[in-house]
Amino acid sequence: MKTNDLASRIPWTLVVFLAALVVPWLGSRYDIFLATQIAISGLFAVSLNLLLGTTGLVSFGHVAYFGIGAYVCGILMKTYEMPFSIALPAAALGAAFASLVFGFFCVRLTRIYFAMLSLAFSQIIWAIAYKWNDVTGGDQGLPDVPYPDLDWMNSIPLLGDLRIAGQFYVVTLVVVGLSLAAMRRIIHSPFGRMLTTIRENAERASAIGVDVRRYELAAFVVAGGFAGIAGALFGIFSRGVFSDYVFWPKSAEVMIMTILGGINHFWGPVVGAGTLVLLNQETTSYTEYWSFVLGTILLVLLFVFPGGIVGGLSAGFAWLRRKRKGVGSPEVGTAEPTRVEVKRA
Amino acid sequence: MLEVKGLSKSFGGFRAVSDVDLAVAEGEIAAVIGPNGAGKSTLFNLITGHLQPTAGRVVVDGRDITGVAPFKICGMGLGRSFQRTNIFPKLTVLENVQAAFLIHRGQGPNFWSRSERLYRADCEALLASIGLAGQANTTAGTLSYGNQKQLELGIALASDPKILLLDEPTAGMSASETHESIALLERIAHERGLTLLFTEHDMAVVFSIAQKIAVLHQGRIIAHGDPATVRADAEVRRVYLGDHG
Repeated sequence: MKTNDLASRIPWTLVVFLAALVVPWLGSRYDIFLATQIAISGLFAVSLNLLLGTTGLVSFGHVAYFGIGAYVCGILMKTYEMPFSIALPAAALGAAFASLVFGFFCVRLTRIYFAMLSLAFSQIIWAIAYKWNDVTGGDQGLPDVPYPDLDWMNSIPLLGDLRIAGQFYVVTLVVVGLSLAAMRRIIHSPFGRMLTTIRENAERASAIGVDVRRYELAAFVVAGGFAGIAGALFGIFSRGVFSDYVFWPKSAEVMIMTILGGINHFWGPVVGAGTLVLLNQETTSYTEYWSFVLGTILLVLLFVFPGGIVGGLSAGFAWLRRKRKGVGSPEVGTAEPTRVEVKRA
Repeated sequence: MLEVKGLSKSFGGFRAVSDVDLAVAEGEIAAVIGPNGAGKSTLFNLITGHLQPTAGRVVVDGRDITGVAPFKICGMGLGRSFQRTNIFPKLTVLENVQAAFLIHRGQGPNFWSRSERLYRADCEALLASIGLAGQANTTAGTLSYGNQKQLELGIALASDPKILLLDEPTAGMSASETHESIALLERIAHERGLTLLFTEHDMAVVFSIAQKIAVLHQGRIIAHGDPATVRADAEVRRVYLGDHG
């Protein structure tokens, strides 16, 4: 992260965003479906990485806040017929508040105990979602969550040509883009630096005056809030909220995305999300033994790229650059895979 | 400046530190010496809040800081370095000291500014004074051991401490590294008017810069005073028999 990377970084981010933005006009309905899923999963994974990669906290229960966001948004929009512009911030706040309460206990424990307690809390949320029939719909879930009212888009050229799924994808992309920009800003802020010092050496961090637990809790709340936004979008995207969304394998899935993409780079989790979503789709459509194939591919990827895909690629590009004697921008290597994923979507 | 009264710490039935009294005046360079396992590191951890004492008090500048959490103690003007080198290995050298500046100047909760530009001049000046100016952008974990120790000192100095506690500042260093780092410590302490309390196993180092020495043996202070007094003490000679003079 040197200053001279900065100028070369911004255009690349923009290029990726624009490439993703044209999907609904150039791609099929299936492409839109995949792209929406990748965008939402990417946001979810980046929010987890705020804990995993930035602060060094292993949360096995991150899906709880994703689920709370999905339920809050779904219930407000379906049951109370509230507009999306209120339901989305409410989902973020609800998830952040739950993170505050659960995180308060989690940050009192370290390492594996932190991971286990976060998992336990997420299972509590799952049990509530599964059993509280009147509010969450219990095991039936909450089907037919409506799309936001996007009629205003119809009067706008180009946007008006899209079906509702395409229009919602544009909304998703903007919300995800803004959320990622905010998280990126947070990671590079003094607050973010404090989180990094905790990851690097919590004892030293506290010796320079960092109240480790308080900062960990703050990171937990921020990560939870953004996970809530991802959950809210996902509930609408999949036209319903079900207790599966809060079940623990989802926590494992988002952790695989994050680690697969690379926890040491901001865009790593997005790449991981794209890779996993696409692999999932491809293998399921080719073979009934898809979980075996998927597992094998993941295993190989993790062995070949111990620092995740982005970690491996940027190491490779750094090596190429050294061979060519410093031609090209240092960020090209890391922006590249994101572009590839979006194009394939 | 720093006063320790009747400080004790028991682990189970074992008294690691027992009824220790210690006083370090402002601007003084004081050392705590003693054989391995004498309780030096425990004593330091008690002073800096990493351990809770079983009994006794720690007073800094007239303020009782006994049992105060480590992250608060730093803000009270008490900096420390650790025996095991304690830096942020994957950050650059500059980012290491910058982190300390940021938190010390209340920027910790600031989640919107770009941290990389903040206090750069201060960071660079500090790095220059500890002799790491040329390595500002090096990843801290790849520095030589001696340089990592220098960096650790730099991190502690960024919090602008009045008292600096150094746990074995020259442990694991070669003879020339030891020599350089002691010269550096002496210069910095002098420039900043720091009060210095350090533990050390290298007697040559201790007797070259300490103005006052306390000898810890089995958790108790068995002698204290200026270097000449301690050197002449019969008990000290017995404990260090054959090792050092």
